[in-house]
Amino acid sequence: MLFISLSMHTLDDQTGVKSMTRIDSGPESTQIHDSAIATEESSRPVSVLLRELVAHLRDNRTQLREEWARRITEAKLLTAMTKDEIFAEATSVYDNYVEALETGTFEALQAYARNLSERIIPRGVETDEVVGIVLLLRDVLARSLFAKYQTDFTKLNRILDAYEPAANRIANTVAVGFVQERERIIREQQEAIRELSTPVLQVRERLLILPIIGVIDSQRARQLTEQLLRGIRTNRAKVVVIDITGVAAMDATVANHLVQTVEASRLLGATVIVTGLSPEIAQTIVNIGVDLGKMNTVGDLQGGIEQAERLLGYKVVPFVETP
Amino acid sequence: MEVPLLKQGDFLIATIQAALTDADLLQLRTALVQQVVRFRSRGVIVDVTSLDVMDSFASRTLREVAQMIRLRGAETVIVGIQPDVAFAMVQLGLKLEDVTTALDLEEGLAHLSRRSTNGA
Repeated sequence: MLFISLSMHTLDDQTGVKSMTRIDSGPESTQIHDSAIATEESSRPVSVLLRELVAHLRDNRTQLREEWARRITEAKLLTAMTKDEIFAEATSVYDNYVEALETGTFEALQAYARNLSERIIPRGVETDEVVGIVLLLRDVLARSLFAKYQTDFTKLNRILDAYEPAANRIANTVAVGFVQERERIIREQQEAIRELSTPVLQVRERLLILPIIGVIDSQRARQLTEQLLRGIRTNRAKVVVIDITGVAAMDATVANHLVQTVEASRLLGATVIVTGLSPEIAQTIVNIGVDLGKMNTVGDLQGGIEQAERLLGYKVVPFVETP
Repeated sequence: MEVPLLKQGDFLIATIQAALTDADLLQLRTALVQQVVRFRSRGVIVDVTSLDVMDSFASRTLREVAQMIRLRGAETVIVGIQPDVAFAMVQLGLKLEDVTTALDLEEGLAHLSRRSTNGA
């Protein structure tokens, strides 16, 4: 396939083709010269062929589009969408496809692919469906070309030379656009989840609580630390209680992150009390040989808050109701 | 670049305003000890709020400052370590052990005052 050599420029690149004919010294010169004549002959008609191809696709737009939509349904793709929706999107994709073929530029198609992806991803459309329908369109169009030029094999060959690389590029653009949009959404969601799951809460003046729930991996531990340090600075906290009751397990790497968090907090003038260590996590921490003199730990959150209050000089006194 | 030293009662305050070369750090160390002796200060605050990087040399020099000043019966507090800097430091294993740290100048002075009153 001529995919690589032709895909970056419009297909009407006559200068590029002509420069190839200038290689005429050496023993291979005759061979190159012969093929140079051949390319020169067909190079001029390439842009003409392309116009012919695009015209054919436009003239037969209605039935080719219908056939495509039919094959999409047959292949049980885009089941998340109604027939009308499929037809409407099919129309847009078809027109964008033909325009990309005609102009050889793919920016409009890229923008359309991203826009389409943004709309259909929340509907639950999968990557294989999007790639599937684009390849189906490619097939439908190719077959219509076969049907039209089946009597003139040489011409069919040259038409395909014009069609193939552009069709490949289009399929690529749409698939990549879809995948990129998915990845962008996933990243956004991950970020949102992370922010939600590690709130830094001030419960008294100078006292912060960081309740951790769920699975901590290195990335979350890092994000946690950054959030806590910023919180210490913003709230001018002197004591932080990190509660890990909700953390089922912790590997040595994450335990180290926790120790680093304690040390970094100290550099900002805050004392950290860790509460809620499960037996498994207590074991992990001892096994990795953390200097426990540096880790201030208390059994549960209540105990942790009480100790924090003592450190801060608070005393909780019950109200005596005057009758 | 010389770091200005300010006297505030019994305490000395050194505010680092930009990245210091190794030579500047050593000069600061010398100047601090000299001034502690001259003014008979009981505490020193080194404010590193403006530093966005703390390397191992700076970390070691600050520890040495604290040790030297302790020999004169005074206490050092490092204040203003930024969250990003603190994070980077612990990842590199620069812990500033045995050195008192506080959030900012206000906290640092409060700490030194408390220690002075308690006759530490």
